[in-house]
Amino acid sequence: MDNTIHTLQDFMLHTESNTYILMGIYLVCMIGFWIFLTQKDEDQD
Amino acid sequence: MSEQKNKQARGVTDVVLGLMRDDNAKFSPLAAFTGIILLVGTVLTVLRFTQGLGAVTNLTNTHPWGMWIGFDLMCGVALAAGGYTTSAACYLFGMKKYHSAVRPAILTAFLGYAMVVVSLLYDVGRPDRLVLAYPFIVQQGTTSLLFEVGLCVLLYLTVLFLEFTPIPLEWLGLRKARNIAVKLTLTLTIFGVVLSTLHQSSLGALFLIAPSKLHPLWYSPYLGVFFFVSSIAAGLSMVIFESMLSHKKLRHRMGKAYLEEHPPLILGYAKAASLVLFGYFMVKVVGVSAGDNWYLLLTPYGIWFLVELLGFVALPCFLFAVGSRNKDPGLIKFTAVLTIIGIVLNRLNISMIAFNWHLPLDERYIPSWMEITLSVYMVTCLILAFRFIATRMPVFDEHPDFKGQH
Repeated sequence: MDNTIHTLQDFMLHTESNTYILMGIYLVCMIGFWIFLTQKDEDQD
Repeated sequence: MSEQKNKQARGVTDVVLGLMRDDNAKFSPLAAFTGIILLVGTVLTVLRFTQGLGAVTNLTNTHPWGMWIGFDLMCGVALAAGGYTTSAACYLFGMKKYHSAVRPAILTAFLGYAMVVVSLLYDVGRPDRLVLAYPFIVQQGTTSLLFEVGLCVLLYLTVLFLEFTPIPLEWLGLRKARNIAVKLTLTLTIFGVVLSTLHQSSLGALFLIAPSKLHPLWYSPYLGVFFFVSSIAAGLSMVIFESMLSHKKLRHRMGKAYLEEHPPLILGYAKAASLVLFGYFMVKVVGVSAGDNWYLLLTPYGIWFLVELLGFVALPCFLFAVGSRNKDPGLIKFTAVLTIIGIVLNRLNISMIAFNWHLPLDERYIPSWMEITLSVYMVTCLILAFRFIATRMPVFDEHPDFKGQH
């Protein structure tokens, strides 16, 4: 597969794809982080 | 009638005596050092305003913005964000348990913004024109982000002054004026949050005009978002840091309510700062991704960027979370200092270190000792003003005549 970037469209598609994947990972991590942050509060309640 | 006059006379006497009183008026090495800073700073101030920028700074046409913009203004505005974050938490989000932190936070913010404006006077020169709001009346320049920053800072300083006024009015015993000022609290809080959102982000957006000068790892179309989000973390950390210092030096001035609300405040702020830093870390990564700048991370500038991102964003995020979970005030206070250093580092990176990064070292800007001394002078004045007000006025405690009324 040719990954060479020739046009602005190619560049945007490339960076946006990476960013969307990162955001997906971020949202999953966010849930884990929230649980880590609030776990002991819930234990006490 | 005569009783009322006597009461008023007593009030005036108390105020005058209060102005003259100094709880710690004794000689110490720190006091001597402070005196030297004030003396040297005053001499340099005279030099700057009589001989011009060239006499005290290393600024050039290539580097017209230096230490006073990068540190005093950029860091000053970010670190003064505790004012709007605390008042928004208390008055807009209904977190009344943080109420006792509002006054110290507002005072810190007010003095911080005052320092920002004074540092601008040093940097821009012609204080007569700035005082008369010359730029806003004669040459608005409404297409420039600088106009928006200038206008917002002008308005927000006014808002902070009005938010601060109940403190001196209670101290002076002016009940009617104080009650009017207190009634404005909610309106001023909303106005303050709007203005802060605008100018905190615009300060970052100022650099959008220089994509070829700022290193690609720091340059991003999202600079405005970076500055705004990081200012919230800076504000929260600054409230923790300020309370840490105040506990050491001004504990005798603290009321029961403040001392009781302090531990939950530290924990709550640590949790909030941790969440904000988590979001900030991610938007910074998105910034790298959007510019496809991954390949730059292994360059010397890239390693410096990673030091900032991992050491002063990701690490404080984790430490705040651990400190909040384990209810560890020591760790939280250490992390607050780490976060503040990180925000200062970020602002210095953007305005000085990674700015004009492609120039050879001998053409780069390095602040002169006089610029650094004047910055230290301004911070010293701010701390002295804070101490002067906090030791005399009802900042950490309630005024006996207004208990439970604010």
